[in-house]
Amino acid sequence: MAKTPEKKDPETTGHSWNGIEEFNNPLPRWWLITLYLTIIWAIGYMIAYPAIPLINGATPGLLGYSSRGEVAADIEAVNTQNAPLIERINELELAAIAGDELVGGEADGFAYNGGKAVFATFCSQCHGAGANGAVGYPSLIDDDWLWGGSMEDIYTTINHGIRHEADLDTRLSDMPAFGEFLTDEEIAGLVQYVGALSEINGAEKTEEGEILFLDNCAACHADDGTGDRFVGAPNLTDAIWLYGSDPATLEETITFARFGEMPAWAGRLSEAQVRQAAVYIHSLGGGE
Amino acid sequence: MGLLNKHGVIERNATLLMVLSLVVVTIGGIVEIVPLFYLQNTIEDVEGMRPYTPLELTGRDIYIREGCYVCHSQMIRPMRDEVERYGHYSLAAESQYDHPFQWGSKRTGPDLARVGGRYSDEWHVDHLVDPRAVVPESIMPSYAFLSHTKLDIKYIEDRLVADSMVGVPYTDVMIAAAKEDLLAQLDPYSDGIDNLYANYGENVVARNFDGQEELTEMDALVAYLQVLGTMVDFSTFEPDASR
Repeated sequence: MAKTPEKKDPETTGHSWNGIEEFNNPLPRWWLITLYLTIIWAIGYMIAYPAIPLINGATPGLLGYSSRGEVAADIEAVNTQNAPLIERINELELAAIAGDELVGGEADGFAYNGGKAVFATFCSQCHGAGANGAVGYPSLIDDDWLWGGSMEDIYTTINHGIRHEADLDTRLSDMPAFGEFLTDEEIAGLVQYVGALSEINGAEKTEEGEILFLDNCAACHADDGTGDRFVGAPNLTDAIWLYGSDPATLEETITFARFGEMPAWAGRLSEAQVRQAAVYIHSLGGGE
Repeated sequence: MGLLNKHGVIERNATLLMVLSLVVVTIGGIVEIVPLFYLQNTIEDVEGMRPYTPLELTGRDIYIREGCYVCHSQMIRPMRDEVERYGHYSLAAESQYDHPFQWGSKRTGPDLARVGGRYSDEWHVDHLVDPRAVVPESIMPSYAFLSHTKLDIKYIEDRLVADSMVGVPYTDVMIAAAKEDLLAQLDPYSDGIDNLYANYGENVVARNFDGQEELTEMDALVAYLQVLGTMVDFSTFEPDASR
């Protein structure tokens, strides 16, 4: 039921719809004060921070804030904080980093943990979060290294990559696609011999296979099939296979060859980050 | 009583209310949008930016067609954690030839603004064919069909014309050579390669992106992914701190 206006009631708005009138209640005081405060705040904000667009640019604001300036200052602050550690990593011999008292150690070591972060961000997409690799992307936790597992070797590989054309110092080797000049029988013979080398697929060594291997493969993979790290030729006598050891995969590998590629990280990562990553990878179990 | 008390007239006249509302909203819009067209920091010119090559542009269309932007943004924000993870923060100029831009605010997958050169072509192919073969924890769908879907380049000239109409500086020469340039980018030893470099600069990366003989959509998409964020040389770029 509509209340009839009394004397102590506030004024009505003066509108009348079929005799129904509306009170003109004042806004609550706290609400009004909040409104005015926010207006004052906005004016202060416009003076302090970039705000009003003019002809050549927005008003810069008294605090001189810019998002670019802020991120640069953030990065600078962390770099300054870490400067002694980064300097230490960069001046140490590679092999000495892991044992250094300032940056070494695993639990709270700056080198190891920094390398772990670098690995998770940049390396794990190919080599796996646990560095166990995937088909075509080598595991870094075993002793089987294509290009060497010493600190220097790992450092060089990270810096310059593998078959990364844009880097002149990249690690290069080209296995020929033997499908272009061997017959199907010869390739089948090699598949059989390579299988026998690592005692897989139940294959046995044959004299024809050995001749084929010595003629075509031994130059890089060595006479006994143990490979040559200088040219990134894998050891064929162990049970670790990058692309697979079943006859079909071996046939494909020999016929078309494989050219795994790793990007060069120098430039994208800082010198200290590359060194940190090398320390971390070296520590994973396969480091030499 | 004054002008303020005249609002009753506006409130009683729906058409007038609508017209005046439109005027107010328009003023608000103009104040927010127009400065972006002339303020120096939004139209900063950066060395190295070039229009996409026809192959990259086609790859970009596939990127949009497949809805990659639904999960992947292409904008590295100016924050330390993002810069550490993805690289230098994105510049407005790096999206200047994007119609539409691919910024995005939702990241189910990682930001792709600087994914170019970060992984090998082979990785991109492996990953698009079966994401979990290389990243077991990935939830990305498989795009294996790209490897055996022939790339349709019938309308590539028209595609360049369309972009040139909205301001991408494709010249008549580029448009006329679109098809040859597209094919040349897949073979660095082809005859058309010099033309491609002449049109788009020496920094264009030309190679067989998907490792197959056929021209597939995979070629185009990988070419596009490999150019993302690589045009500006940040070793020489000096950010103007006031921006």
